Amino acid sequence: MKTNVGIEKSGRRPFGALFKSTTREWSLINRIIKNKASYVLIAPYFILFFVFTVLPVAMSMTLSFTSFNVLEPPKFIGWGNYIRLFLNDDIFRIAIKNTLIFAVITGPISYLMCLLFAWIINEFKGKIRAFITLIFYAPSISGNAYVVWNLILRGDKYGILNGILLRLDLIDNAIIWMKTEKYVLMFLIIVQLWLSLGTGFLTFIAGLQTIDKTLYESAAIDGIKNRWQELWYITLPSMKPQLLFGAVMQITQSFAVADISVNLAGNPSVNYAGTTIVTHLMDYGSIRYEMGYASAIATVLFILMVGSNKAVQRLLRKVGT
Amino acid sequence: MEKVCRDKKCHKKPVKSRRALNRSMAGNVTLFVFMGICGVFMAIPLIFVASNAFKPLDELFRYPPRLFPRNPSLDNFADLRVLMSNSWVPFSRYILNTIIITGGGTLGHVMVASMAAYPLAKHDFPGKNILFGVVVLSLMFTWQVTQVPNYLIISKLGINNTYLAVILPAFSYGLGLYLMKQFMEQIPDSLIESARLDGASEYRIYRSVIMPNVKPAWLTLAVLQFQTMWGNTGSQFLRDEQLKPLQYALLQIVNSGPARQGAAAVVTLIIAVIPITFFVICQSSIIETMTTSGMKE
Repeated sequence: MKTNVGIEKSGRRPFGALFKSTTREWSLINRIIKNKASYVLIAPYFILFFVFTVLPVAMSMTLSFTSFNVLEPPKFIGWGNYIRLFLNDDIFRIAIKNTLIFAVITGPISYLMCLLFAWIINEFKGKIRAFITLIFYAPSISGNAYVVWNLILRGDKYGILNGILLRLDLIDNAIIWMKTEKYVLMFLIIVQLWLSLGTGFLTFIAGLQTIDKTLYESAAIDGIKNRWQELWYITLPSMKPQLLFGAVMQITQSFAVADISVNLAGNPSVNYAGTTIVTHLMDYGSIRYEMGYASAIATVLFILMVGSNKAVQRLLRKVGT
Repeated sequence: MEKVCRDKKCHKKPVKSRRALNRSMAGNVTLFVFMGICGVFMAIPLIFVASNAFKPLDELFRYPPRLFPRNPSLDNFADLRVLMSNSWVPFSRYILNTIIITGGGTLGHVMVASMAAYPLAKHDFPGKNILFGVVVLSLMFTWQVTQVPNYLIISKLGINNTYLAVILPAFSYGLGLYLMKQFMEQIPDSLIESARLDGASEYRIYRSVIMPNVKPAWLTLAVLQFQTMWGNTGSQFLRDEQLKPLQYALLQIVNSGPARQGAAAVVTLIIAVIPITFFVICQSSIIETMTTSGMKE
């Protein structure tokens, strides 16, 4: 099994070679036969993965060039959906702007929050450490508990934020926070950040544990003065794989904001201040049944998510090299 | 932890207390105070969720609102019980549906993903890198991207409006496979090699060598998958009221207006407490699994 490793790495074969039974092709077939058990083991997962993930992405891209309402067969309309999306759909332009603002702010900030809190938590031990981890992680798994922010952000004097500000005489009248255009996005970002210490956060906590403690000792001898230098010169470079994985987790979720917008700002929100690409997609996919158009929105979302992930991966890989 | 010992210093050398290294007292105090403040901010909304469940109705609408109830009561729980017993579909049915959906989706996912993870981690077969690459790519977008075609596919398969419509796609979530594969890579090859010399088949190695050695990973997969399945209302695929999970029924109560605020507060608490409890029980296994979650170049 291990003896043939070199073959696959030896570069691409010319296309014609596929039809000639050279020794190389035979050894490939041999390897496939020899690894029969591997294929049997991966089959259940990858069949389902293909049906429910790969195929849908391909279908979504194909459908994005059609007009399709589920009842009639899809009709090819070329770039029509995309032209409508970018030139004639004002709400989509707001959605894309909001989503980008969201991603550009919550992505990096949540990433740094995960890292910072994990780094501080790493100074604690045992039960206290487990407890602090729980406090910070709990919001991300607490289901719809974020609707409690509705109480905090309520528009009348019963709202907690209004109550505090009124008592401090900072405002004269209660502010209807989630119905005032200029506040909507800001509060959605705060709630999203509150929810964002998820898998990436746990990864960083775990990653910090694995760093060789003796590295810090030798660093102290080499003249590392304080914990900031330690962080920069030793800790971060040592946990690069975790940093890459955490970035994927945080970036992906920063583009997918929808539920909190619908539940806190309403759908549609005031002047579409809380509309995101995903809420727009839900609007066309599950309410208006314009599946071709919804697929075009989904494809734009896909490209944005994967593209920014790839770009950030490239950037992070450069760190420390 | 042998992989950590890269340099020669690993031999049992008296290790100085790490705390003493590069740690100034002022720095410690600042960081801990900062952590305390942030912790309070993180915790307050959840404390509200918990305390609201115990507030009598007049306190829920009190001005100014209080963090803790003055006269804690179980009225809201009683309200919820009345609501549940008046429900058109009996609540036991919703609970059964949830057990089937989360149980099936979680068990199946752990099985199927760990079966696929073993060859990906330990065998060298043609196509392996491409397949794993596609799974990693799938971590970079969310389910909303595939929502529309998924609906069409599930209708075509004829499993719309059955449990399978929610359970089957859950088997193939990418994160579980990814974490499991990364975790399996640290199992020493010698263990597998010696089982092979004893004449064990690959399936047997998977069952009796690999699986017992990745217990933290499958606990992690189970907890993470449970969180996802628990939050699923199934409303996209399950039309029949009799098939809907508890999450759906509970959210109906939350969205049913101010008269039911008390019961809604209890519901919100229940929805949050269950996944948090599972996390607390399995926290150390989850952290252990995450140590291997890094992405290699």
